[in-house]
Amino acid sequence: MTGGPVLEADGLSKSFGGVQAVRGMSLAVAPGELVALIGPNGAGKSTCFNMLMGQLRGDAGRVRIMGEDVTGWPPRKIWRRGVGRTFQITQILPSFTVRENVQLALLSHQGKLFDVVTRARRAQSDVADALLQRVGIVGFAERACGLLAYGDLKRVELAIALANRPKVLLMDEPTAGMAPAERIALMELTAGIAKADGVGVLFTEHDMDVVFGHADRIMVMHRGSLIAEGTPLEVRDDPEVRAVYLGSSLDPEGP
Amino acid sequence: MGPHSSPRHLDKTTLGFFLVQVLTGLSSAASLFLVAAGLSLIFGVTRVVNFAHGSFYMLGAYFGLTLVALFGDWFGRGHLSFWSAILCAALVVGAIGALVEMTILRRIYRSPELFQLVATFGVILVIQDLALWGWGPEDKLGPRAPDLRGAVFILGQPLPRYDLVLIAAGPVVLGLLWLLLNRTRFGILVRAATIDREMVGALGVNQAWLFTGVFFLGSFLAGLGGALQLPKGGADLLMDFTVLAGAFVVVVVGGMGSITGAFLAAVLIGQLQAWGVLLLPQSTLVMMFLVMAVVLVVRPFGLLGRPELVGHGRQMLDDPLRPTSWRFKGLVLLLVLGLAAAPLYLGTYGLVLLIDILILALFATALHAIIGPGGLVSFGHAAFFGGGAYAAALLVKYAGTPMALNLVLAPPAAALLAIVIGWFCVRLSGVYFAMLTLAFAQIVWSVVFQWGEVTGGDDGILGLWRAPWVRGRIAYYYLVLGCCVAGILALRHGLSSPFGYALRAGRDSPLRAEAIGIDVRRQQWAAFTLSGAFAGLAGGLYAYSKGSVFPNEMAIVRSFDGIIMVFFGGVQHLSGPLAGAAALTWLKDSLLRLEMWRLLLGLAVIAIVILFPQGIAGFLKQRFGRFVGIRSELSS
Repeated sequence: MTGGPVLEADGLSKSFGGVQAVRGMSLAVAPGELVALIGPNGAGKSTCFNMLMGQLRGDAGRVRIMGEDVTGWPPRKIWRRGVGRTFQITQILPSFTVRENVQLALLSHQGKLFDVVTRARRAQSDVADALLQRVGIVGFAERACGLLAYGDLKRVELAIALANRPKVLLMDEPTAGMAPAERIALMELTAGIAKADGVGVLFTEHDMDVVFGHADRIMVMHRGSLIAEGTPLEVRDDPEVRAVYLGSSLDPEGP
Repeated sequence: MGPHSSPRHLDKTTLGFFLVQVLTGLSSAASLFLVAAGLSLIFGVTRVVNFAHGSFYMLGAYFGLTLVALFGDWFGRGHLSFWSAILCAALVVGAIGALVEMTILRRIYRSPELFQLVATFGVILVIQDLALWGWGPEDKLGPRAPDLRGAVFILGQPLPRYDLVLIAAGPVVLGLLWLLLNRTRFGILVRAATIDREMVGALGVNQAWLFTGVFFLGSFLAGLGGALQLPKGGADLLMDFTVLAGAFVVVVVGGMGSITGAFLAAVLIGQLQAWGVLLLPQSTLVMMFLVMAVVLVVRPFGLLGRPELVGHGRQMLDDPLRPTSWRFKGLVLLLVLGLAAAPLYLGTYGLVLLIDILILALFATALHAIIGPGGLVSFGHAAFFGGGAYAAALLVKYAGTPMALNLVLAPPAAALLAIVIGWFCVRLSGVYFAMLTLAFAQIVWSVVFQWGEVTGGDDGILGLWRAPWVRGRIAYYYLVLGCCVAGILALRHGLSSPFGYALRAGRDSPLRAEAIGIDVRRQQWAAFTLSGAFAGLAGGLYAYSKGSVFPNEMAIVRSFDGIIMVFFGGVQHLSGPLAGAAALTWLKDSLLRLEMWRLLLGLAVIAIVILFPQGIAGFLKQRFGRFVGIRSELSS
């Protein structure tokens, strides 16, 4: 499947009771591409994300990873197809050290979850450290994860997500709760990894500096539907987008 | 069982017979519904599974007994005197429930669920001894209700007249509860808190009084159930546990927090019992379990229940597993050497006690693996301890196989049991898991208890002779020491393996675990099975140490002992179960000589829950950990 999109969705729809949260969303992410999914609160971004990751079963539509139909698969199986994810509210294993968080993902990648003989602590600590090095927190490898600051936890999540050599990274508000300088650093790191490894990245984000500074392509959702798509420049000048965001600054240079 | 069952002969007698069966079922549903409704109400609002609810039911019966006699002396034996005595008994029990809430539970609402469960278990022990002290050990016959002696005849078939009262009691109480919950301010708050407790608190409702009120109401219902069934069932000291398993089944089948669900489930279970006694008298409890299993597979949260809200209560964090320091290893070696030398300095009595401690330490370590790192509070591990013991005993009785083989086969037998029970249980978590495991253990117990031809029933199985090479006490001590040390080390090692890590990941964050490819349920199921196997080994060793097995080895009390050992030792610490087993066995041994040892043990349990939540191992780690190179990081 070289050259084709790593992640595709066709006509995803989901309603909760009478509310149509997502209607007919389609998207595609190419290798090495950073795609931002934005929209005001309640636009359906998170619902869309949860359907892509298998957390939520859609009413209609298909999801394909590297050309393979994964619609309706549980998250763990989708992960095994090469999809890493980070959560809006970080989900790490607090009673493990930072290194062990990554080691467990590596062990799972190798299908060793039912190994009762070896010691998990000794498994591939060098590979884990290399990943921690890459996201810049190897100095904390021995710390209990429950003791880390929030910004560092976001980096741990990224290292975990990279453990199975993903082809797709799904990041739900990757920089929420971080200081501005940290945000830029994390997104630059992510962009670098995406380009170097040919990983397709789809992320949602509220911080417009992050979105317009790093996305190759932006998709704008409003009330469950896609209303605009294109390069940052195209999206910025889109009248419908401006109408939706009226009152909030889409323009990094200010109004 | 005379009547024809063929539909061609559906004459008056047959019809009457069917009707009476249905009515008998409805009457036995009444007490079950009252107890379950109270349990469900309390759980819905406070999220506390009140294990002491069966004790409130028992107290209702005893207070009813006393008050009916007392009121009879004062006001004569008329209707008014009898029924007001029943009502007053329920009010007294309600007040006791409110008192328990205010003095004990109010202090630990923010603790993890396990703490609350253990605290209510302490209350069970205290009430058991108080009831024994107040009313004596004999079973009491209930008083007759005035003008309701004898039977009515329905199409020629007799039905005890008092059953009519019980049949009416269920719907009447359901109706009154509906009015209370839907037409009063208190009821609106209760329903709101059942849906979202935090929101009700944020709206400025005084939660303390709401919770106390709900505890009063729930305990009142249990007391009423106990008092109402007096003319039919009397009162005895075992009724607390007898009703508890049934009430749990009803609450789980009906859906926790749903009163109407509890009513439907009670009717269902009542009918099942009435017909089961008739058709398959040996299997009433087993059929109850089958219904529950079917309901839970189709609707995991019961007929009318809602999915459990997660995230309440404070999560206690474990420290990461650190490499064991040389000093700590040295300490362990010293301990093992000290144990190996025990026959030199301990007499027969001490050695027997030490054998018990070692076996229970293995049992507790197996249980801890599923409670601590697994994050699943199993209240039914006695099934596997007893399962291993009975596997060995049945092999001796029916196959005459030698001891060594039986001890080898005990763990896989227990594991097989754990595979079946675990398949159902790991679908649930939190309190649902706890209740389901407890119910399953009760089923296993009742099979052993009721199936006398095979298992010997209450008389147990005797004659488990040890092989000649371990016939002597000291030789057997070394066998136990070897097996238990090996078992405990194997369990510890398993927790530091990738398998153990994946299990712990499912507890720490199910979302993250799933997102890195871990099938949390499968991991838990496998761990549950392994834990069952080690509990089975402990059970086998225990059977051979005593030379006999009895149904007691798999009774609720054994499961609770395991929980308390884990808890005494400290849930967050791998060495906890060892300390807990030693402490509990020693404590019981010293207290048993005293008159009211249950009362003292119960009070000790409650005190530890409130004052000493990190357990013995946690305390030692904080105070002396640095001497052996370990420190507390997250746990405190």
